[in-house]
Formats: sequence, C-alpha cells, structure tokens
Amino acid sequence: MRIDASDLHYRDLNRRIREAAAAGTKSFDLLNVNGQRYIGDGIAGAEVEIDIHGVPGNDLGAFMDGPTIRVHGNAQDAVANTMNAGRIIVDGHAGDVLGYGMRGGELLVRGKVGYRVGIHMKAYRGRRPVIVAGGTAGDFLGEYMAGGLLIVLGLETTNGEPLIGDWCATGMHGGAIYLRGEVDPRQVASNFADLRAADAEDLQDIRESVEAFCEAFSLDAGRILGDGFMRVGPISHRPYGAKYAA
Amino acid sequence: MSSTPTDTKGKDRARAAARARAQRAPVYRRSADFRWTHDPEQCARCKRCVQQCGFKALSWEDGPVVDPEKCVGCHRCEMFCPQQAIAVVPQVQHYRPHPLWTQAHRQNLYLQAETGGVLLAGMGNDLPYPVLWDNLLLDACQVTNPSIDPLREPMELRTYLGRRPDAVEVTLGGDGPELATEMGPTLELETPIIFAAMSYGSISLNAQKAIAMAAEECGTLWNTGEGGLHEDLKPYAHRAFVQCASGRFGVHADYLNAGAAIEIKIGQGAKPGIGGHLPGEKVSAEVSETRMIPVGSDALSPAPQHDIYSIEDLRQLIYALKEASNYEKPVSVKIAAVHNVAAIASGIVRAGADMVYLDGFRGGTGAAPTIIRDHLGIPIEIAIAVVDQQLREEGIRNQASIIAAGGIRSSADAAKAIALGADAIAIGTGALLALGCTLCQKCYTGRCSWGITTQDPALTRRLDPYVGSRRVGNLLRGWSAELEEILGAMGVNAIESLRGSRERLRGVGLDKTTLDILGVKPAGVGA
Repeated sequence: MRIDASDLHYRDLNRRIREAAAAGTKSFDLLNVNGQRYIGDGIAGAEVEIDIHGVPGNDLGAFMDGPTIRVHGNAQDAVANTMNAGRIIVDGHAGDVLGYGMRGGELLVRGKVGYRVGIHMKAYRGRRPVIVAGGTAGDFLGEYMAGGLLIVLGLETTNGEPLIGDWCATGMHGGAIYLRGEVDPRQVASNFADLRAADAEDLQDIRESVEAFCEAFSLDAGRILGDGFMRVGPISHRPYGAKYAA
Repeated sequence: MSSTPTDTKGKDRARAAARARAQRAPVYRRSADFRWTHDPEQCARCKRCVQQCGFKALSWEDGPVVDPEKCVGCHRCEMFCPQQAIAVVPQVQHYRPHPLWTQAHRQNLYLQAETGGVLLAGMGNDLPYPVLWDNLLLDACQVTNPSIDPLREPMELRTYLGRRPDAVEVTLGGDGPELATEMGPTLELETPIIFAAMSYGSISLNAQKAIAMAAEECGTLWNTGEGGLHEDLKPYAHRAFVQCASGRFGVHADYLNAGAAIEIKIGQGAKPGIGGHLPGEKVSAEVSETRMIPVGSDALSPAPQHDIYSIEDLRQLIYALKEASNYEKPVSVKIAAVHNVAAIASGIVRAGADMVYLDGFRGGTGAAPTIIRDHLGIPIEIAIAVVDQQLREEGIRNQASIIAAGGIRSSADAAKAIALGADAIAIGTGALLALGCTLCQKCYTGRCSWGITTQDPALTRRLDPYVGSRRVGNLLRGWSAELEEILGAMGVNAIESLRGSRERLRGVGLDKTTLDILGVKPAGVGA
C-alpha cells in the first residue's frame, strides 16, 4: 500500500496505517514523509513492513510489537520508545532518546545517534533489545540500562571526534555496551559500570548484531569485527542495594 | 505481665543479645519502639503468636520470646492470641525528654551513625503538619433552603472523568437533534471515589485483586501502578488505569489497550521528585512476568522519565499513548502536589491530558526515603484549590478532570475535596486499612503480617481476596452512603452540584492568606 504523506496530519496518516494493518495489509510505502510523528506506534505483526521515504517525526515505532520499518533518510527523536519486538533500520542519522525502555527488537542506525540513547533498555525472557549505531553517540548513552545490547561502531568519524559523549552507563544495572575504538574512561560512570577491552567471547556476543547491521547497510562485517572493541558492563545488578539504613 | 523468657536457655540468649547490642557501637543501642508484653498465666501455649509474626520478632523458648528490636507494633500477634494474653504498647520515652531532639530524631541519628545509609519509611508522612481538612466545614440547609432526605429522594453520585468539549454543537435533522461535536472517551463511575495506584510488587497480588474486584463491583476504578498487569487481573482490567512510568515496567501495546484509561506517572505525593526502587528480592517469578524483567533484578524507576524534560515532551508521550490506543482511552497525568502545582497542571492540560491526578504530600508509599516522605510537597487541600482556580481562570477547566489523593481519611474529606474543585478522589491507604493494615509503616521490609505489602507466599495467603474485596467494597459503600447524606443535608441531590462549590465551605482557625488561597470564607460570614 502506497500512501503519499504530503500534507497529511500524523493522526490521519497513522489511522490509515493502523486500519490497513488491522485489515491484513502487510507492506506499506510511505512517500514524502515530513516529520509526521508516531508512525508504527503500537502496531503488531512480524510480517508488516513499512518503508518510509523522507524524515519521520518523533516516536517512530513506539510500543511497536513486531513489524519492520526502514527509513530511507534520517529519523528524529525517540525512535523505538518502549518497543516490544520488531526491527527499525535508519539509513541516515537519528536523534535523541532512542530505544527508551526498549524491551525487544532491533534498532539499526547507519549514522550518528544523539543524546540519551538506550536509557533503561531491558531484557526479558527470550527478548534482548539491540541498538547498533554506525556513527557516534552523544552523552548519557545507556543510562539506567537494565538489559540488552548497545553497540556504537564509530564508522566514518573524523579525526578526534569522540566515539561517545559523557556520563555513559550512569545507573547501569544490566545489559552490555560495546564501543568500537578508544574511549576516555572519564566518559563512563565508573561508580556504576566497568570499562574493559572486549575479549573473544564478547565479540561472539555481538557478532550476530554487527552482521545484521552490515547486511542492512551492505558493509563488511569481518573488517568491523576485526577492530578493537571496549566493553561497558554493570558493576552490580543492585546499584542501590547498599544505599539504605536498615 | 512480663516478656521475660521462662527458662534459663531463653535468659542466656537474651543476655547474649544484650551483650551483642552493647558491643555493636560505642553509644548506639537500637531501642525498641514497642514494648511487647505477655501474661504467662493466660497463655494457652498455642504458639500462634510466633506463627503470626511476619517480622520474625517472636520465637518460642518454652514460651514466646520477643526480640524487641524486630517488633514493629503491627499487633498481629495480639489480635490472633486466643487468650488475650498479649499486649503491645508504645515504649515510653527512655531518654531524657527534649522538645527539639525528639526520640524519633535521636533514634534516626543513631541508626545513621551506625549504617551511613538513607532512612526508609512506608505509608504516608507521619509528622504533625496541619491537616486543613480539619479546618474546613461544610454548609447545611436550615429553614429557607430545605434539605433533602436521601432515604426518599434519589441521589446522584455518578461521576464522569475525562475531557469535555469547549462547546457542544447539535444538528437538527429529520430524526431529531443529533450531537455534531466529536466527544472524547470518558470514564463513568458510580461514585466519585477511585483507588490509588498501588503496583503488584509493592502490594501482593491478593491485595491488588481484592481492590480490583471491589472496583468492578462498585462501578469505580482501580490502578495498576507501575507494575504491569498480572494475568489473573485481566478480567478486571476494563475497570483499571494502566500506568506508564519511568521504568516502563510491563508497558506494551496490549497492556495499554486492556485498561479503561492510561496514566502517565510523573510523581507521587509521598516522594515528589524521586523515583522508585523495587529491590531484587521482591522480584519473584510472578512479579518478573508482570513487570517483564528478569527474576531477582532490581526494578529501578528513574526519578524523571528521561524522555520527558518539558511540557512538549510530555505532550509527545500523551499522544504516543493515544495513538497506541487508537484515541479510545483517556489519558491521566499523575503528579505530586508541589509549590508550582497550578502552573504545572495547566501545562499538563495544555499538553493534552484528559485528567490531572494530584497527589498531596500525605500520600502513602510502599517505600520512600523518610526525609523525602516527611518534608517535600504541599497539602492536597491547597493543591486542589489552586489547580482548579488556575484552570478556571485560563478557561480550560473543562478540558481535564481533577483527581485528588493523598491523605483522604473519610467521606467528609472526600466531600471537602470535591467542594474545593476535585472531580473525584482516590484512596490508597484507606483501602489498605480496610484490608487489615494497622499503619505500622514497615511496608518497605516486605514482611507485612497482613499479607498486603509482601511477596512471601506464607504471608500473602493470609489475605483472602474475596473477603478483602468485600471489606474494601463495604468501605466504598459506606462512604458513598455518607456522601449522599452530606449532599442531602446541603440541599443538593447530585455530587455535580457540590463540585467546585467553595461557597459551601467555611474555614475555622485559618489565617487570611490560607483562606484566600483556598478560596474559602471564614466561618461566620454568610453568603
């Protein structure tokens, strides 16, 4: 189903997608998308595929439960907010607060990601949410992280550009963050998280996700996985356990 | 009456415990808040007291022996003693009295000197701040405006929550008048009393089920809190607010669509500005399923929602939730009553919320730092008045309903809250009291002897949800009947006529500034 989103309010655009998806439409081509929010919000079904041409607005794929979204362009803030399952692929850059409270599925961003990415991601049973950023990430990466996998590849960065911002892993109590390249230890919250070089077992842990990323953007996974990764993991699953008088 | 152990073994043990206490710190002795006394003459030696103590304060050494440090004064043993041989009484002040350095201050300080930790507390603020409900009185009819007898006249408590349109357009067609204005979703309640948010995790499933069943039976609403929706409670979800808070525990599209309404929790009256930590020990297999997190992992709800730093961000989440629920569910935003509450509430309404839930500083909690619980926020009485006033002045009062909570103790408090401007009130502590809670304030230990704020199966099975729902339902029926009595005495036959009718309130013992803020005249001034 092709929908020309020119001059369509998000409410009308999303209603059409929701109704068509409920009626069994599996494939959507959204043309001329220009900042419409909430595309794919709460939509279910692993076979549903949404291709977005243009720039979707905030909360793309919020509460989504299964579908695949491909953005042929940049995405804005809050992509994959509290997402349960599914896949979102962004060909360009994406903004702040990606994957807040994300519980499952994959978010693959070819370019850079903004601030507060992967806050309070969590794993549950078979679900392990994954965010892969091809470029760099801003401050507060993986704050309060409770589960899942965050990978920052730092591809095509200019010299001296930091891979991540400050305050990475503040409040972290689960999951793992992998950073390809050098990281200033002062950027990682040492009172919550442990920064070390990734070993062979760790690389095995991220292989599948990096390969999926490379397949999505036609890149060479072997070359990327060959470079040195740093791993950030929680010191404790009970960061506040000793805080209280009893 | 004596709590002394009856044999030498018990005496030896007590002496050893005393030595250990004396050695623990140079000056600190963890003193007991309660004196547990027992009459061996009366004792039937049934050991029921030992079995009933959830806090493991009692053991059996040829007779009940108490560990005074562990007794929280919940009175479970006393109530279950068939011989009435037990009395739990407050421990008398054993330090030299001091008006500034009260016993509570001294004990807290000693505990912190020992542990270096943050003090924890359960339930609501227990400091003697002024209770403004007790300075407000309701009007009644005499001679010139006849009162109404609710026994012979129908009384209307039905309450609708949600957005009202700015104006209603009606078209006149061949089939008569038709409503042309698109109406948003609203909630229909049989009484203006709903249940406050208490998550599965903070309270037991049996407690939550008792409340959910009572809500369904009484035609009102319960609230999941930020703990997800347990499978067993799905049949009652259509009468529930499903909550979405900073931890996003158990929040997914089906959950959002299962409830009657969705609530974004920004803050809680007992702990404004801070988040929540459900410790890993309480995340049992079942709690894990409902919250959708691994067993034994800490459930941290960060202090702010880190995707909401502004009213614009709040609007984004409100509409994300409305989109996910196809605009079929009204959205409430819950905040703690704080100094700037009126402006914040105005922003919330302009952000698109259909309800604003105000939680006053006396509201309860399963666990909060004592210092936060006891010293942050403002009274709900003030918050209702200023929010109602602000929304009226801005001409947006119709766009959202006001739900008020935080220390509402009786139907009189409820009536006064509604007269000040609330559309409905919510009760949390009141509902737990109906389930047996004695306000021992030790919810955070997870050892509740009544099976309310615990996940220990040996304790939770003490609470029969069917018996509990009858008791909670009785409370709602009693309060509703009293509201009808109040309305009748005031000469009105619908709760709608009392709503925001501050002219029917008078203040006693309040200063002029407070009266002005409340928008209430002092007693003695006529219409």
